[in-house]
Amino acid sequence: MALSEQEILDGLGEIIEEIAGVDPSEVTPEKSFVDDLDIDSLSMVEIAVAAQDKFGVEIPDDELKNLKTVKDVVVYVQNKGVSA
Amino acid sequence: MSTSVVVTGLGATTPLGGDVASTWSALLAGRSGVKRLTAEWAESLSVRIAAPIAVEPSEVLPRHRLRRLDRCQQFALIAAREAWLDAGFAFGDEAGFQVDGDRVGAVVSSGIGGIITTLDNYDILNEKGWQRVSPFAVPMLMPNGGAGVVSIEFGAKAGAHALASACASSAEAIGYGIDMIRSGRADVVIAGGTEAAIHRLNLAAFGSMRAMSTRNDDPDHASRPYDKDRDGFVLGEGSGILILESEEHARARGARIYAIAAGVGYSADAVDIVSNDPEGMSKAMLRALADAGLEPSDIVHINAHGTSTPVGDTGEIKAIKLALGDAAHQVAITSTKSMTGHLLGGTGAVESIAAILALREGLVPPTINIENLDDEVDLDIVRDEPRKLPGGPAAALNNSFGFGGHNVTVALRRHES
Repeated sequence: MALSEQEILDGLGEIIEEIAGVDPSEVTPEKSFVDDLDIDSLSMVEIAVAAQDKFGVEIPDDELKNLKTVKDVVVYVQNKGVSA
Repeated sequence: MSTSVVVTGLGATTPLGGDVASTWSALLAGRSGVKRLTAEWAESLSVRIAAPIAVEPSEVLPRHRLRRLDRCQQFALIAAREAWLDAGFAFGDEAGFQVDGDRVGAVVSSGIGGIITTLDNYDILNEKGWQRVSPFAVPMLMPNGGAGVVSIEFGAKAGAHALASACASSAEAIGYGIDMIRSGRADVVIAGGTEAAIHRLNLAAFGSMRAMSTRNDDPDHASRPYDKDRDGFVLGEGSGILILESEEHARARGARIYAIAAGVGYSADAVDIVSNDPEGMSKAMLRALADAGLEPSDIVHINAHGTSTPVGDTGEIKAIKLALGDAAHQVAITSTKSMTGHLLGGTGAVESIAAILALREGLVPPTINIENLDDEVDLDIVRDEPRKLPGGPAAALNNSFGFGGHNVTVALRRHES
């Protein structure tokens, strides 16, 4: 069963709060991880692992480097989640 | 005449309290911080007691910071923040003196480093695979991590250093900090040490050496330096941090001066890897006196290494007599490890803080749990109750001795305004 955009967004908000201390209300689709949420590359690695646990979608390093915004991750999880 | 170095800030988180004030009042009250380990992992060990931190870092630091710091780094950060603010420096929203970061050093030692991170991530590697090993594991486990974390926190750019000499590590950090100021590399140094090593591997390893107390059913009385029935040390955890400052810099900004960091003495036994030699220990004390320009008769108090091991405690008593001669009998000696347990890389700094406060307040905390004084201990041990010190000019020593044959003595002089 595919997750809705809102479900993914909520899940991502929880992960980012835990890992980077960002308030979940800040985690909106247009936000850039680096420029807006002050999340560095090592924290992105943690977020990818946590996202795999939460959504069952693996994000390989080659893909991770292309995910710049919250929306990029939501779309990636939605697409991979459907095809899985 | 070399630059005079003073102590202008103190910070600590220990088995007795989450800050200096609560730790100090517990030391004067003679309260033990030793507890029974009730976790399942401790059940099969020979040692099932330890002195855990009184205030968990999770009560002080936000979650996202905790997960990037080894427990020993969490302690160091908490103690350093207290010391920094105590010294009157600006930080974040807190008003205070703005100090030039290029003139500030950070010397934060640990005896073992991020051992809990190392072991936990090894378990994760075995159970869940490499992808689940924390991307922060390396900066968390490296022994210089605490120095890096503290230097980043306060913008200390004169240099960040981590001296490793086992249980003498944070005394050596104070010595290195004094040297940074004397040599002109810094005006201010955040100096001390930290340890978070209460893990079953360490308890097993020290237990295997038969170095630890196995008084598992009576934790309050397990750490008993100088008592006839002492049977080893009790592992504690925590951190102590001092702000060292050139006297000129401190006076120019009107800082409160706790004490004068008068000097430091080092020696290496070159005898045995784990058993410290009285002659080597005495040399550290003599060299500290020489460095500080003090005579044995100036010393009113020694915060001893006194870990509660059968051999170590009496060896240090011999060393004090070798170093101070007849004057040794005039010195009020205590081992605060009877209450805090042994903080390994945190011990030198926490005990230097205790010695500084003893000089400042004119009160020496007692050694607790001496029921029958060892016959070989023929010096003046402060027992049961705090002891008043005379007023006027006075100096104290803090001894720290580490596996490897490292002996470090910090000499402190009372500041009289």
